[in-house]
Amino acid sequence: MNSSLFFGITTLAYLFASVFYIALFVFKNRKIGPVGTALTILGTLTLTIAIGFRWYESYQIGIGHAPLTNMYESLVFFAWCIGLFYLFMEYKYKNKVIGAFVLPFAFAAMAYASFAKGINQEISPLVPALQSNWLIAHVVTCFIGYGAFAMAAGLGIMYLLKKSAVDKKLPANTLLGSLPDLRFIDDMTYKTIVFGFLWLSAGIITGAIWANEAWGTYWSWDPKETWSIITWFIYALTLHARFTRGWGGTRIAWLAIIGFASVIFTYFGVNFVLSGLHSYGSN
Amino acid sequence: MTTQKKNPFWALFSSVKLALFLLFILAATSIIGTVVQQNKPPQFYVEVYGPNLARLMQTLSIPDMYNSWWFMILLALFSLNLIVCSLERIPNAWRLVTMDNLATAPERLQKMGMRKAVPVQGTVSESVEKTASFLADKGWKTDRRDLENGTLLFSQKGGWTRFGVYVVHSSILIILLGAIIGSPRLANSLLGNPLFAFKGGVNIPETQQTDVIYSFLTQKPLPLGFTVRCDSFDIHYYPNGMVKDYVSILTVLENGQEVLTKKVVVNEPLIYNGITFYQSSYQPYQDFILTVKSEETGLTTTDLVPYAKQVTWKEGGARFGIINMERRGEAVSRFKIWFTDDQGEPAKFWLQPGRKAVIERPSGTYTLSAKQLYATGLQVAKDPGVWWVYIGCGLMLVGLVIAFFMSHRKIWALIREEDGKVTVLFAGSANKNKLGFEKTFTDLVEGME
Ligand code: HEM
Repeated sequence: MNSSLFFGITTLAYLFASVFYIALFVFKNRKIGPVGTALTILGTLTLTIAIGFRWYESYQIGIGHAPLTNMYESLVFFAWCIGLFYLFMEYKYKNKVIGAFVLPFAFAAMAYASFAKGINQEISPLVPALQSNWLIAHVVTCFIGYGAFAMAAGLGIMYLLKKSAVDKKLPANTLLGSLPDLRFIDDMTYKTIVFGFLWLSAGIITGAIWANEAWGTYWSWDPKETWSIITWFIYALTLHARFTRGWGGTRIAWLAIIGFASVIFTYFGVNFVLSGLHSYGSN
Repeated sequence: MTTQKKNPFWALFSSVKLALFLLFILAATSIIGTVVQQNKPPQFYVEVYGPNLARLMQTLSIPDMYNSWWFMILLALFSLNLIVCSLERIPNAWRLVTMDNLATAPERLQKMGMRKAVPVQGTVSESVEKTASFLADKGWKTDRRDLENGTLLFSQKGGWTRFGVYVVHSSILIILLGAIIGSPRLANSLLGNPLFAFKGGVNIPETQQTDVIYSFLTQKPLPLGFTVRCDSFDIHYYPNGMVKDYVSILTVLENGQEVLTKKVVVNEPLIYNGITFYQSSYQPYQDFILTVKSEETGLTTTDLVPYAKQVTWKEGGARFGIINMERRGEAVSRFKIWFTDDQGEPAKFWLQPGRKAVIERPSGTYTLSAKQLYATGLQVAKDPGVWWVYIGCGLMLVGLVIAFFMSHRKIWALIREEDGKVTVLFAGSANKNKLGFEKTFTDLVEGME
């Protein structure tokens, strides 16, 4: 038995959770909802075990370090953040339809980590630059933020769908009409972005401190750093537009989606399209 | 304020529209430098983009855009916007925090979003005492004022949180200030003192020392004011062959006196006199450091031995050298020693760096150890602004938590007698998280009923 078994179970659990949540949304059969929740809880629990297991295994082979140091491990942690954050929101707001828009992100992260070419799943020892506690702080803070932004993007998509239903005056028993109230989605999107923004700021700061410890430069405008600050500008713009100029609804929904696109580009695009200091993440 | 509002400069920079515009422009232009590779030689741009586009790029400083005049202007406008916008609003925040809430008219309380009238037994003054002590028990200490037909109680929490926004905004300015203080360019051009803030590098071969480093900005030597010696440099490997650590042992000397010796690895720099030395690279040489000891006489020699060169050690009566080697990357993984005391066949054997060999010879026993010679590559920085940056970062996080998650909450209780009936009118307001406060408010009022 090893961690990959648990990672596999999680991937399946998130896949089926997505299917059930989408079925709940499409067929509006309320009995399906709890199955989605149960699967999400199962997936998140096994993922917790898997991450812990992988951590333990790294000590077993004598190179012990927290499992947060390469593309594979960060993707898995990303999925975990999304799962956990979603469960919290579902519990707090008692709404399961959102799962249809959020769980697919968690599944995508797990599936991509497991099946994409060029992603090394092996536990490898840390090269000198990565041997820093700031690295752990950096990855944890960034990905909590990214998890929240994934959620916000899901909510943004949901908002746009619901809006089109409202504009077409679809009745509440249709597919799109059954989505939660526009104001509710809008409010959740905003709150989620606020939460993510705080963590993104902390992620950029811990990254800067790490760079300064390792290289003597807290900011060098390498593409990854630059894209993280671009993402930060986008969300800062979104928040200001919202609370000082009263933007809401469709515009904020779009900004939530654009912001998350920027997150994804910071995460993958920079590794695969551009080059820079952080390119260690590409293996 | 009204006169200032007429000033078009002030009006422009106090507008949030400008802030949105600048945030957008900063985000959009920042992309350029991630697509166009930065700080390459001019020829690179001509090859990749053609001569015409390359010339345009040079004019716009695209090859070094994050230091370009126009990007600096954007950041300056951003800062100015932030300053003016905040200055414009702080007086208002101050007013909101210090205003006399007991002067709030009863008619306004009756229109507040959060309100509840509770009929009570007893006289007005009894109810005032009861309500005040009830609220105080729940953590809301009240002020009071007698009105014509009743008494108004008021309590508030978190007024100071209205300044959280300004903590965030100042933190951004403090970070930018730190970046300015620590800028090698400005130290060079504005202060004319390149030693105030610099980034540079130096390679020090093992056993050698230096008292200058070379500025990345000007390529010129900068005097450190003290001496740094590289005692040794080593590469440690994991069993699978990956590099585990680059380790330099550095010693600081003042006037020839050793003052400090430190092991430096990536992520653990040496800091001395405000100057930080980071392990950043290394350079292997084709030379070796060989140490030979004669066990009989106790004599020792340490020599710098170039590859395939013979060393004669007269006092020890021996000759030796390195005649072959195997590499792993640039690092030598083992080498072949040739050793003779001119009695019988010379000894030839393989040795790994750092290991000791014991050689039995007709003339006695020798121990020998050898390692490849390296130069350690150090990045050297002096950044007097970094503490400003760190303080700014800390303030930003604190400010964000205050601005996002804390709110200014107010509770009024108006106790009045009308038509012989005493009622307590509760009213509440919060500048943020209204839903959360509504719950607190409802719980409070229900507790009173
Ligand atoms: C040119 C740049 C900026 C300008 C002019 C500006 C202006 C403003 C204004 C007018 C407010 C509303 C204050 C009020 O409640 O009256 C505000 C709030 C805020 N700003 Fe900025 N801002 C700028 C940049 C930033 C940036 C880059 C951040 C990033 C951290 C930021 C973080 C905040 C926060 C956290 C709030 C409080 C939000 C809230 O009340 O919930 N600002 N800003």
